[in-house]
Amino acid sequence: MNMNITLHVWRQKGPDAPGRMEIIQADDISPDMSFLEMLDLVNERLEAIDIESIAFDHDCREGICGMCSLVVNGIAHGPESATTVCQLHMRSFKDGDAVYIEPWRARAFPVIRDLIVDREAFERIQQAGGYVSINCGGSPDANAILVPKPEADTAMDAASCIGCGACVASCPNGSAMLFVAAKIGQFAHLPQGQPERFRRARRMVEQMETEGFGACTNHFECEASCPKEVPIKFISEMNRDFIKAVLKGE
Amino acid sequence: MAITGIMLMLFVLGHMLGNLQIFISADQINHYAETLQGLGNALWLIRGSLLVILLAHLGAALQVTRLNRAARPVPYQHALDYQTTTFASRTMMFTGLIIVAFVIYHILHFTVVTDANLAGIKGTHDDLNVYGMIVAGFSNTIVSLVYIVANILLGVHLTHGAKSLFQTLNLRTSENANCLENFSKGFGVLVILGNCSIPVAVLMGILS
Repeated sequence: MNMNITLHVWRQKGPDAPGRMEIIQADDISPDMSFLEMLDLVNERLEAIDIESIAFDHDCREGICGMCSLVVNGIAHGPESATTVCQLHMRSFKDGDAVYIEPWRARAFPVIRDLIVDREAFERIQQAGGYVSINCGGSPDANAILVPKPEADTAMDAASCIGCGACVASCPNGSAMLFVAAKIGQFAHLPQGQPERFRRARRMVEQMETEGFGACTNHFECEASCPKEVPIKFISEMNRDFIKAVLKGE
Repeated sequence: MAITGIMLMLFVLGHMLGNLQIFISADQINHYAETLQGLGNALWLIRGSLLVILLAHLGAALQVTRLNRAARPVPYQHALDYQTTTFASRTMMFTGLIIVAFVIYHILHFTVVTDANLAGIKGTHDDLNVYGMIVAGFSNTIVSLVYIVANILLGVHLTHGAKSLFQTLNLRTSENANCLENFSKGFGVLVILGNCSIPVAVLMGILS
């Protein structure tokens, strides 16, 4: 049975314009729609009556690109765990529900328009050290460098981070530590990551601080809201590598 | 914060165990106090170190709080629906500042002894009547309540503090997370029960 939902949506014309919550009625919504399809339908209806559509980020719509970024009823990516908001379906809501939709809120993520935020800060953190420097020649033999299975699995757990920024959005402190820790951890557990390991940790952590993200006080909200369930053990590993880098003077 | 936190936790535990000797006998706690006073310069070294550790812990907390407040200038219109934060984790700065205020009061009350009545009971350096001072001090219901409330807040503070330090020091894994959670809560409860038992015992007439 189709549902009628009352949306409370953050509308903001530009980075410097003041924003406010606007009430938009979303009637006759199928429970089989994804959350973003519901917004598409609402936008079509808004455009039909010459009201500017709601701007929101999206790309793959299959939960792997990290573009969608909505805080729904105070939870980054909405009420379903381990789910991006594009994979959230309207069956998670009830007829007559009020649904609050807001952008990621952090000083380092300024709003561009409505629900779209600028996540360039993550790119700059990556540029500070989120890579391995290798000499590219012909393709190397597979398994030329042996990696123990548990280590490979741990590296994959970190590498599953899609860089969406839900960790920042859900953290009471606006901290980006889970993202940075995942990007450091994916290399720290592999042989290829060892030569630049400590320098990488130091540079990325320092860039994170420069961007104006908050600090970790162990609320563990990032882990709970992460659509890829990246574990917080990477944060303590990052701290360890950062301290070693400072001690080594790297 | 984890390093200074561990040191302060060990102090809280040691301080509590020392004070619980009051339940053995009046002589036992008086003798314990005389031993501490007899340390001379070492006692001042310990006091000075504790002050430095406390100030470092407080300084780090203030710095983190300042950074975190600045990190989200525009608040959420619909408050964040927290999944894992606890009352303790959200109120660390509040409970911490109350504890600092309490520590100042506690030092004035039982170490400097600003109250003339208590000072009269205290006795001399090598013949202390700490037992009498504690009983007289806690006979005042309001004073006892201040101690009880402050120590409950201390216990709440320590539940998150203990949990945090394992995470910060990379000792927490998904396998031992539940065990550490129980340990942290247990530590907080132990400190509350241990420290509050003394004013409660005085108020109930068990110690007199």
